[in-house]
Amino acid sequence: MTARGPKLTPSKTSPVATPPKPAVSAVEMGARQRDISVSEFFTKNRHLLGFDNPRKALLTCVKEAVDNALDACEEAGILPDVVVKVEAVANGEPPLPPSQASRFRITVADNGPGIIRQQIPPIFAKLLYGSKFHRLRMSRGQQGMGISAAGMYGQLTTGKPVQIISRTSARAPAHYFEVQIDTKKNEPRILEKKQIDWESQRGTQVTMEVEGRYQKGRASVDEYIEQTIIANPHARLTYLTPEGETKEHPRTYPQLPPSPREIKPHPYGIELGMLLKMLQDTKSHWLSGFLAGDFSRVSPRLAEDICKAAGLSPRARPRDVHGQAAETLYKAIQSTKIMAPPTNCLSPIGEKAILSGLYQQIKGDFYTAVSRPPAVYRGNPFVIEAGLAYGRGSEQGQESQERQAMPLAEGEQPQDDNELARVIRYANRVPLLYQQSACAIFKAVLDTSWRNYGVSQSRSALPSGPMVIFVHMASVWVPFTSESKEAIADYDEIRKEITLALRECGRRLGAFLRRRERADSEHRRRNIFELYIEEVVESCNRLKGGRLPTAKLKEQLQKMALARTGGEKTDELLGKNGSGPEGLPHSIIVTPEGVEGEVPALIGEAPGEAGSSNGAPEEEAKTAKPSRLTGKTRRRRRGKRGTAGKPTTRAMRRKA
Amino acid sequence: MAQKPRRTSAVEKKLVGVADVVIAAAQRRKDPTIAIPVRSLSNVTFNQRNGLIEMGKRKQARSFFNVGMAKKFMQTVLVADALCELQRANLTTSLREIYYRTKHTIKNSHENTLDTQDESDPLIEDLEVTLAALREELHVRAENAGSVVGPLVLVDDGDRVDCAKLGKGGYSVPSIVEPEYLQITRCTADFVLLVEKGTQWNRLSEDKFWRTYNCILLTGNGQPPRGVRRLARRLHEEKRLPVYVLVDNDPWGYYIYSVVKQGSINLAFESQRMAIPKAKFIGLSSGDPESYGLPRNVGIKLNDKDIARARELLAYTWFQKKSWQEEIKRMLSSGLKYELDALANKDFQYLTKKYLPRKLKEKDWLD
Repeated sequence: MTARGPKLTPSKTSPVATPPKPAVSAVEMGARQRDISVSEFFTKNRHLLGFDNPRKALLTCVKEAVDNALDACEEAGILPDVVVKVEAVANGEPPLPPSQASRFRITVADNGPGIIRQQIPPIFAKLLYGSKFHRLRMSRGQQGMGISAAGMYGQLTTGKPVQIISRTSARAPAHYFEVQIDTKKNEPRILEKKQIDWESQRGTQVTMEVEGRYQKGRASVDEYIEQTIIANPHARLTYLTPEGETKEHPRTYPQLPPSPREIKPHPYGIELGMLLKMLQDTKSHWLSGFLAGDFSRVSPRLAEDICKAAGLSPRARPRDVHGQAAETLYKAIQSTKIMAPPTNCLSPIGEKAILSGLYQQIKGDFYTAVSRPPAVYRGNPFVIEAGLAYGRGSEQGQESQERQAMPLAEGEQPQDDNELARVIRYANRVPLLYQQSACAIFKAVLDTSWRNYGVSQSRSALPSGPMVIFVHMASVWVPFTSESKEAIADYDEIRKEITLALRECGRRLGAFLRRRERADSEHRRRNIFELYIEEVVESCNRLKGGRLPTAKLKEQLQKMALARTGGEKTDELLGKNGSGPEGLPHSIIVTPEGVEGEVPALIGEAPGEAGSSNGAPEEEAKTAKPSRLTGKTRRRRRGKRGTAGKPTTRAMRRKA
Repeated sequence: MAQKPRRTSAVEKKLVGVADVVIAAAQRRKDPTIAIPVRSLSNVTFNQRNGLIEMGKRKQARSFFNVGMAKKFMQTVLVADALCELQRANLTTSLREIYYRTKHTIKNSHENTLDTQDESDPLIEDLEVTLAALREELHVRAENAGSVVGPLVLVDDGDRVDCAKLGKGGYSVPSIVEPEYLQITRCTADFVLLVEKGTQWNRLSEDKFWRTYNCILLTGNGQPPRGVRRLARRLHEEKRLPVYVLVDNDPWGYYIYSVVKQGSINLAFESQRMAIPKAKFIGLSSGDPESYGLPRNVGIKLNDKDIARARELLAYTWFQKKSWQEEIKRMLSSGLKYELDALANKDFQYLTKKYLPRKLKEKDWLD
């Protein structure tokens, strides 16, 4: 067709030929135009919702169901108790091991408020139906799409309907539903509904059969469950794996997060189109009333000011404000100084709960957590929280020490492994497992200069070391880069807050590392003499032909060693001269001698349950002497959650 | 090795003294401390009268109850123990074996007493200077790194060694050449020629230079080991032979000559027994390329290290003679150094046939 086209084989549609008769007429084309339902759109574009491949699809289904369960419990003020069961389905063939199976049945049951009968079909079988989209309030789900999309995926890949059992109270009956989605109409189709007997008194259970692949490791269902526990220590989660294991994660934090309030949109956060829509929909009769009533942080007086600035009458009917007038109003709003939105719509996890979650799930020597004060992007309030777990934990630490117990040969170095830090990201308490490098959190971690805090880091790489970096963004509207909610968009305001939180964590880590280094060197100083006295005495004895009263010489030297290192007093001094855990707010330090800091006590459940990592450190926490109330320490108080006055346990550091 | 009657030697007593220091200090509740003479340029003086580098009086204290020194102190006692063991068993050994003998893991720890040989070697030198005992007396030997050939008859462990009848290879100079171990029974040579490099020594030996000029050819393959230096010194002292030193024309060559002549800075206390103040520098002098017509292209450009070292030499008191200052400055101004091997540029046998005969005839050497 073009001049550069192959000349040797002249194409049939050469421009010289007579213009081709249009194959379709405009009328015919017009006849083909028709509605596309959301369901149809997402049937074709399922990757937009996180169903790109079987492995990810399995995770997404579990995730959507668990998110819904937790949201429902929290909104109803119930401490969540969720059971997740994933099992391989044979589908007529001989049963395969979970790692090779291609079909799974996912069952998620909660102890939430239940769903009333009429709402069950649309919630589970209608896309974009939900309670969370139209309000500004922090919740895991945002769009009302997740669970029905999961159901639709199951329907597409296995043909099986979604099964729901729900019961709202012990007195109400349990309802059983089998629903499918009518993809053409985006409407639920009820295949079966009946009242049944159900052992639970209250709650919802959803079962789906989907095509998937079960594989452990990064971005797996197992990882999702583990990370969910860290950010939701108030939840009890039981996970029945496809391999038949039962992983119990007990509740480690006794309180529900404070229930977030619903807020009205902040004027800075809306766009012109949105303003136009709101002007049409409002129930107010006057423009000033509309501004003051439908937005947060706009007082009647401020509303009048805005109207004046826009040159509009405060008494104008909102419906009459359109076109140029609306645009002037929009500009007037943007240039007026308005207070930041209220932040009671947010429910951050809180430093104590993050610490608790990290401490229970990740083995380490040092834990810290930071909650930033609320900030605003595009009129949406948000809170960034960061946490950090560092080290290999006392058990593994001992292992590696044992490995080192083998004396080194010439030229050998003590082992130095170069593992990189792991970043775990959360948005409204939901772990984000995919698209790490596209996420503002990951970028902020890379941009932080960890070297300032005593951690090595190569250029534009993650810091190296046994370290887990936890970052949580809580907001009424988390700006995801895509519908599948995998990465947080890189807004400057968000990035800045993340960076500040990470720096604070880094500073505390640096303080810890320096402190540990100092303690080590003091320990070494004491040990040096102890160790070498033996050698010197032995050598002297041999020099004297074995006729030396060794015990006497040893005793004399040891006495001198003790006197010179200041004896027990040095220990006390070292523990007290400002390097204690009080110097590090919201941190836990694990040493072979014990645990210091805000060690969470396990509540309710029996400790040491299967699969969890709360073995030795916790026992130490219990035996540690409770002393010193936090009030006495130099704790920095920030935010409304920083002042929790629980007594901290602090093990006295003793050098043997 | 000559058998000696088993009685407590002076050296053994000195070594046991280290233990006594510790015991005495512990009894008086004092920090055990060993005073070790400082082995550095700042603590040596050049004695103009006898032409030797002598060790000064400055000492450093090595105390046990000092975090920085505790380990070194412990290691020093360990090494003393190992050396004493050698004395008692009447064995000789190498530096490396001392390192292995003293290396073990400290009880109740993962720490080794020593990690590398670099830690134990200086400790042996410390003990040498502290106890004023030569390394040979401590029964520590180096590798047999030197060779000798010429009209010389020695008795080594009761075996008669005629250095004139050992072919081109000569006799390998042991590390310990004290009269108890090695006796010089006959020597008819007129002088001793100490050559820096094995290549030139081989050339001279192959050409039977020693027979033509009636001399003893010695080499130490680089910086001559103590055995070679001590043998040269004994030949000089006992047989009244003049010693000539033939080295490369570079700062390192000059320094080798100065160590032979005045002793080394590190072990200045040994100068008394090692140094040959009357040794002469026969070549390669920085004037030689011109007088012997060596082309410029067989020279090597002085690198930064060479220049820095040459400047250091210029500052040493024992290089203050006018002739030496001129010699070194001439090398620096030419910007080139020459290896002995460069003489082969003219002829393979240039060294034997032309260079040395002319040097000896013209008495062209530096003192």
